[in-house]
Amino acid sequence: MGDREVILAKDLAVSYKDKSVWHDANFRINRGEFVAVIGPNGSGKTTLFRLLLGLQKPASGALKIFNAAPKRGSMRIGYVPQRHAIDNETNIECIELVHLALSGYKWGLSISTEDERRAASAALEAVGAAELAHKSLASLSGGELQRVFLAEALVSNPEMLLLDEPLSNLDIKRANDLVSVIDRVVKARNVTTLLVAHDINPMIQFLDKVIYIAGGRVATGKPEEVLTSKKLTELYGTHVEVLHDSRGHILIHSLYGTQEEPLRDEEHDAKH
Amino acid sequence: MRSMMLSIDIISGLVSIFQYPFMQHAFESGTIIAIVAGIMGYLVILRRTAFAAHAYAEIGFAGAAGSVLAGINPLYGLLGGSMLGGMAISALGNRASHRDIEIGSVLAFALGLGLLFISLYSGYATEAYSILFGQILGISATNVIITLVVSLVILAIAAIVYKPILFASLDEDVAEAKGMHTVLLGAIFMLLLAAAVSIAIQVSGVLLIFALMVTPAATAIRLTKKPTYAIAISVLIALLATWSGLIIASYEPYPVSFFITTIGFALYLFVRLAKSR
Repeated sequence: MGDREVILAKDLAVSYKDKSVWHDANFRINRGEFVAVIGPNGSGKTTLFRLLLGLQKPASGALKIFNAAPKRGSMRIGYVPQRHAIDNETNIECIELVHLALSGYKWGLSISTEDERRAASAALEAVGAAELAHKSLASLSGGELQRVFLAEALVSNPEMLLLDEPLSNLDIKRANDLVSVIDRVVKARNVTTLLVAHDINPMIQFLDKVIYIAGGRVATGKPEEVLTSKKLTELYGTHVEVLHDSRGHILIHSLYGTQEEPLRDEEHDAKH
Repeated sequence: MRSMMLSIDIISGLVSIFQYPFMQHAFESGTIIAIVAGIMGYLVILRRTAFAAHAYAEIGFAGAAGSVLAGINPLYGLLGGSMLGGMAISALGNRASHRDIEIGSVLAFALGLGLLFISLYSGYATEAYSILFGQILGISATNVIITLVVSLVILAIAAIVYKPILFASLDEDVAEAKGMHTVLLGAIFMLLLAAAVSIAIQVSGVLLIFALMVTPAATAIRLTKKPTYAIAISVLIALLATWSGLIIASYEPYPVSFFITTIGFALYLFVRLAKSR
């Protein structure tokens, strides 16, 4: 494994309740790369995150992260899950949540240190959310919340970020704004970032790689290599056409019509 | 002049009510319970486990009624019953502890069981009444000591697990990924809650448990965005409701629990209305 490689998958396969989710995945992700994980619902995108977080074991093949097998509880990974308990009743200021990402592991009633408080403020600042520090989590918009979650993931200075569908429920403008923030963080901190999304277009100009999961298979490479009619047709096992517009945005078109999620493969519709 | 006379009257009245041992016991246990309930109430709201809190009260009712029948101190039955319920609900797992259907079924069964026990006992009406609606004026010296010991254990454990529980409540998936034992933390919380509910029942009764375990914290979260402040305010409100409920009840011939619930609710209503303006 070279110095720059942070994730290496070799003939990797994963299953859920004895059912194969995807198999024969071979890819490597280098340090500081911004990678989109794309694919239809239930294709196993979150499952990939669970493998990287050490919450699930591969069915076969090898997966190495930071040159070792993934293990639960790594402080080198910042994680933003899709599911959150925060709702409009959670009247807690944002900086408390970011701060808890540092101090929440400590037993006992320790007083927060000056360093911890400074780190929490710095993390909010890094995502352009300094002004949200003392606002209530309950009062934030979807885009603002995602920034706070990003700050929460960044506060421990991770080397890798795993972001699960941060763009869902955001309108096009807010999705674009958030992607710019994420890209700025990726570049400034040289942090390897994997982002699960349905639509690749908001981030297409920033991406180094795409991991495309569909039909139980995984294709990885530069966006222009993966997102081609030939490659996706191969992946889905049915004719798929990739169309480009004047600004480089793409449209994935299958025999079943034009849609963001070209095909639902029911056979592999395993939830994580 | 008249107001001065009145205030002297109130002070001498307060002095005189403290001469009764049952009043001392009521204030002592009421104070300890308000502190525990105010703290646990904040976590109940954060973790959305109010329904589980009510279930523990009702499972405790079955335990208390059973011990009345067996001639044992009902407080042991309360503790035993609700801790057993806590273990059962924890065993169902973290996700299940938020499931109304399972908890609701257990709760109904426990209440029915309690009804059977209490009907088998000859002092049917009075015993049922005091377990269901609270009997702060009937707390014995022994039960004050038990309440203190149980409360100290609850507070000590709560202090140790406070930060991890706070974090796991707000962001369970991240806490799990970071290697925290979220299921174990959830189970510890459920047992602490069960113990807190069973001692609080002495003051509020089974049916009015929310007056101490939900209303003060619900008021507090509307007043501050900082968890530590919210817990402090929640404790203060619980104390205020309990103390003033006791004092008013010593002048008026109505139940203490009524005054405690009414004071708590009035504060809640006031804060909601003031904040919505």
